[in-house]
Amino acid sequence: MAEKKLMYGNHAMVEGVIAAGCRFFAGYPITPQNEIPELMSIRMNEIGGVFVQTESEISAINMLFGAAAAGKRAMTSSSSPGISLMQEGISYIAGADIPVLVVNIVRGGPGLGNIAPAQSDYYQATRGGGHGDYFTITLAPNSAQDLYEFPKLAFELAEKYRNPALILADGLLGQMMEPVEFSSKPIDPKSLSEKEWALCGCKGRERRVVRSYDLKAGMLEVLNLRRAEKYAKIRSNEQRFKTEYCDDADLVIVAYGTCSRVSDAAVKMARDKGFKVGLLRPITLWPFPMDVLGDMAKKVDNFLVVEMSCGQMIDDVKLATECRSRIYFHGRPGGGVPTPPEIYKRIEEVLGGAR
Amino acid sequence: MKMIFGRPAGLTETLQRYCPGCGHGIVHRIIGELLVKLDIRERTIGIAPVGCSVFADEYFNCDMIQPPHGRGPAIATGLKRTRPECIVFSYQGDGDLAAMGTAEIIHAAARSENITVIFINNAIFGMTGGQMAPTTLPGMKSTTSVKGRDIAKQGYPIKVCEMLASLDGPYYLERCAVDTPRNVIRTEKAVKTAFANQISNKGFSMVEILSMCPTGWGQTPVQAKKWLGEVMAEYYPLGVFRDLSKEGK
Repeated sequence: MAEKKLMYGNHAMVEGVIAAGCRFFAGYPITPQNEIPELMSIRMNEIGGVFVQTESEISAINMLFGAAAAGKRAMTSSSSPGISLMQEGISYIAGADIPVLVVNIVRGGPGLGNIAPAQSDYYQATRGGGHGDYFTITLAPNSAQDLYEFPKLAFELAEKYRNPALILADGLLGQMMEPVEFSSKPIDPKSLSEKEWALCGCKGRERRVVRSYDLKAGMLEVLNLRRAEKYAKIRSNEQRFKTEYCDDADLVIVAYGTCSRVSDAAVKMARDKGFKVGLLRPITLWPFPMDVLGDMAKKVDNFLVVEMSCGQMIDDVKLATECRSRIYFHGRPGGGVPTPPEIYKRIEEVLGGAR
Repeated sequence: MKMIFGRPAGLTETLQRYCPGCGHGIVHRIIGELLVKLDIRERTIGIAPVGCSVFADEYFNCDMIQPPHGRGPAIATGLKRTRPECIVFSYQGDGDLAAMGTAEIIHAAARSENITVIFINNAIFGMTGGQMAPTTLPGMKSTTSVKGRDIAKQGYPIKVCEMLASLDGPYYLERCAVDTPRNVIRTEKAVKTAFANQISNKGFSMVEILSMCPTGWGQTPVQAKKWLGEVMAEYYPLGVFRDLSKEGK
């Protein structure tokens, strides 16, 4: 049996990143993710990796750009205000088609906001976030186990498509202790293949250039259209989600991360009371699981979107269902976390006597 | 026929798009020659800035990366820490290094990252059309200080070598110029030292190079050289600001 340990989500993430063969971390302290750089500073030292505490998140994301352009797996973690500072760098990295992993342990915003868990960076994560035409692959864990496993998946997707990948979690997931099973064999970084685009000195080959600009007339349009083809491919190949009790549902809750855990309990309460309620949990926020929602909308009359924000993912639910169904919302912005009875009450309001 | 002068293998065949009398071409040649003389071209990764020399990624015949404005020293840190066997240099102008990237250069110097920084100070924003730079001299005209830089409203220039010399981290800091043959030779020696320090893992080395921008200054190439020597080098004195090899380190 695989080893099992009780761990903080943020610590599970560190072990997951290391198990994924990443040996480069650069970051700046910000609550609620400080457990990540703290443990990283110890673990990277133990295993001969690189840990740099930077002067800013701007510097951290650019160190990642350098490390990843050198062909190595590299990651940073931060929380909302820090991720805002990184947007310039993420845009350049996306424009240079370089794979990196950025973890956002989301807190309440806008501005300095607070340090409570939130999901209000959904737009930023799924719409590119910085300037220009680009998207970042975005994964939404909902357990410490996911925080352990998703870094590997994120690096694999990032490298497959040469695109930045994000893990969007929140302080509740990061600071909650749960059992984690160390299921997969850790990757030896030396076993990872050399990248044909990596900067490492031009001995025995043509020199390589990593850049996000092209000033030749019409060239940037060509490059952006080529990248749009890549995004179309990601959209058709990589939509990930989990469903439960959806087959006979009169109402399907759509929720990710912490909200999907809370909604899961609410679904069980509703089922106990005889309401036919299901749950769809997007695992990839970009690409959003459009196809399954589109199919569901043909038979499900009601969707209830639950978010820790004023409503951001709800736009994608509307797009996916083409507004064929009735779409309801329950949101707790600014660090509020919904409770199962609260969500159950909304279900009762929507379905009324339909049980 | 015997060839006595040609393009060094450290530079590509690409035609450089610099104005007549610009100093970038001279410094590019110095670096291009040193990549060969020090036998490091095939293990060097260069970093281009944002500014006139953004196209340096097309000019240096080695692996190159083009980062966001001012972030070269952070990119260099990421590259060097993951590929310590490579030689990493960051080529930056004054807007790039002394305005947008002030935090990045200070902290790379404070950490004494084992990298080489070539800092071109021409006291003006060239690429964007001659606006005031953090290094524009008091009273000097630019398109955003048309009556001359007014210290009361626009503050003082930043003297980068002096500022970095206040830190314990840097191993080597020198300010040179490319206005005369003598100074060009001096610059080559300094740039060579800055690369040699990295080869022997000494730590952070930076050469600030006062360089002509006749277009941005509204002068002829000949006037620009004269102005650099007589006015600019008065404000920014040439010399070694830090050399820990002299202290046996």
